[in-house]
Amino acid sequence: MSEVQLRYKTQAVAKPYFIAAIGLFVGQVIFGLIMGLQYVVGDFLFPEIPFNVARMVHTNLLIVWLLFGFMGAAYFLVPEEAERDIPSPKLALALFWIFLVAGALTIVGYLAVPYATLAKITGNDLLPTMGREFLEQPTITKIGIVIVVLGFIYNIGLTILAGRKTVINIVLLTGLVGLAVMFLFSFYNPDNLVLDKYFWWWVVHLWVEGVWELILGSILAYVLIKTTGVDREVIDKWLYVIIAAALITGIIGTGHHYFWIGTPVYWTWLGSVFSALEPIPFFMMTIFAFNMVNKRRKQHPNKAAVLWAMGTGVMAFLGAGVWGFMHTLAPVNYYTHGTQVTAAHGHMAFYGAYAMIVMTIISYAMPKLRGLPAMNNRAQVMEMWSFWLMTVAMVFITLFLTAAGILQVWLQRYQPNALPFMAAQDQVAIFYWCREGAGVIFFIGLLCYIGSFFVKGDNNGTAAAVVPG
Amino acid sequence: MSEIFTKSMARNIYLGGSVFFVLVFLGLTFDTTQRLPKTDNRANLTEQVALGKMVWERNNCIGCHTLLGEGAYFAPELGNVYQRFGQSKEAIKGFIKSRPVDGIPGRRSMPQFNLTEEELDAIAEFLKYSSEINTNNWPPNING
Ligand code: HEC
Ligand code: HEM
Ligand code: HEM
Ligand SMILES: [Fe+2]
Repeated sequence: MSEVQLRYKTQAVAKPYFIAAIGLFVGQVIFGLIMGLQYVVGDFLFPEIPFNVARMVHTNLLIVWLLFGFMGAAYFLVPEEAERDIPSPKLALALFWIFLVAGALTIVGYLAVPYATLAKITGNDLLPTMGREFLEQPTITKIGIVIVVLGFIYNIGLTILAGRKTVINIVLLTGLVGLAVMFLFSFYNPDNLVLDKYFWWWVVHLWVEGVWELILGSILAYVLIKTTGVDREVIDKWLYVIIAAALITGIIGTGHHYFWIGTPVYWTWLGSVFSALEPIPFFMMTIFAFNMVNKRRKQHPNKAAVLWAMGTGVMAFLGAGVWGFMHTLAPVNYYTHGTQVTAAHGHMAFYGAYAMIVMTIISYAMPKLRGLPAMNNRAQVMEMWSFWLMTVAMVFITLFLTAAGILQVWLQRYQPNALPFMAAQDQVAIFYWCREGAGVIFFIGLLCYIGSFFVKGDNNGTAAAVVPG
Repeated sequence: MSEIFTKSMARNIYLGGSVFFVLVFLGLTFDTTQRLPKTDNRANLTEQVALGKMVWERNNCIGCHTLLGEGAYFAPELGNVYQRFGQSKEAIKGFIKSRPVDGIPGRRSMPQFNLTEEELDAIAEFLKYSSEINTNNWPPNING
């Protein structure tokens, strides 16, 4: 068994970030399953864990584990790209613990006391930012997030400024700075509901359909360079074109959220046209991944990482591109706005783009962080099983929610004798049961994924020995 | 991609394109804020409505409900509940007040928030104000 060493020893700080990401992912899915059951067994765990509490835990854990994943990715790949260590691995570790403890305390707060009590004891009155979707964190937690991200950007930024500047690390840094800047809008919470909603989307939309795409593109490009050996010039050009398309369509594309919230009517046109073009960058990512793998100059021993990379391309395009396009034109969105169609899209897009890119970089980096060129074959086979279980389960979750959503629109908003919300929900319960079933499969896939890190094989690194990576 | 299309061309499209659209977006945002007074019902944005929004937020109503179509999809849309309840603030207050502490067996349940009378008035007023925002005719019907 050949031990490989990290090129830069401070890359090692990525490891706890990745482990925490996976741990929080498990928590996220458990709370997803709780909610999935509450959808059909309305009083399940009521009043101990009301639906809204489970939902906060589910979505906030999602965001936090993705942030852990992005940070781990940056700590792993930036030193290699910049060809130097980060200035302060101690700071990186300290921030890791601060972020983890602050995150855990926030989740405990959600679960232990009523939300109104949490708002009170954390002084929400001084600077009210709580109680908005995805931004439920107490204001002090938000301030903590800002501090952690600033410290993180200091570490990463200095490394890049002092070191080799590649397109990948510059684009990654731009995305991370953008993430921090857009998050600042979470502190703006005017009394005017329309203004509140208008700028709320500057965090949510301009993250997932803006700056996060830069992060996504650069991590994908990095893994493709490493696993395919394709010329950097080619990869860089692709990366530029992808992020150009992302920002050119995605910024004005924010308008697809400004149809029905009291904003001027011209947004129905602007939002529809520009967001209809938003699938382009996602489509290019798919083509990019497949093209680079086809042109590969070497057979990388880490087949699982290559699978994750190609999977990200495909699933991001399906979830964001196809499912996004489905409801983005104003005349369609008029009917689907705020239904299960939205939930269907939200799930596949978040999983396909951001959960999968984090698992891609973990798959590539984790063996190296453990001193191996790649995991042994048995472990990789198990990891690929988990890939298929989770991905196929997510496809089914999306299909069931889409079916529920289309029926909901018909029953509640379209047919002549339209039903009230609760009556329509009863009619589509079967699809929620099916979604829950698919969710259980997803969870099994996730357990396999974790299991794959512990599978021992006798052929550690032999694949690598055949073709050096 | 061929040799004619170089990396620096790609970079320029990225930089030029994003700067251009950031500026356009800022311009549109400025224009939107100028026009909002016509649609956002700010004439009725009283102290009480502002308190109502606070009550809405600190009880995380958005975690089960949508408001103007945004939020969670577990419980009814509330942007038009004022219309659905026959334009009666009392009916809204009555509904919120009467939630059983242990929920309704087998049915999706809404918590008992134990709101004060002042908070109840404020939340009802906030929901009335929300229902009078000009939403371009959304939702399609009274069911929300
Ligand atoms: C844990 C989830 C949950 C939370 C949190 C919640 N609700 Fe509800 N709410 C429901 C459910 C479920 C219904 C439908 C109840 C039924 O029909 O039996 C409902 C119904 C309503 C209705 C009547 C809607 C209609 O059309 O019948 C109003 C008004 C309402 N809620 C207001 C609020 C307000 C205000 C808050 C915040 C203070 C809030 N709700 C928080 C779950 C929730
Ligand atoms: C990876 C990228 C994306 C992610 C993670 C994502 C995620 C989400 C989420 C979570 C929501 C629900 C927001 C809420 O709770 O109110 C949403 C809404 C929406 N998304 Fe996306 N999205 C992505 C890309 C896209 C793209 C490319 C399009 C268009 C082509 C699109 C179109 C929409 C629309 C129209 C809505 C509003 C739905 C409604 O009216 O209820 N999304 N998205
Ligand atoms: C596997 C089992 C899962 C189940 C049963 C589940 C269930 C749910 C439920 C019931 C909601 C609330 C919908 C509502 O507001 O009414 C929700 C929201 C959400 N979940 Fe999941 N979830 C699961 C996994 C995931 C995964 C793996 C991801 C992403 C990687 C994810 C991302 C989201 C997002 C982004 C939202 C907010 C959606 C929106 O606002 O439109 N979930 N989930
Ligand atoms: Fe969007």
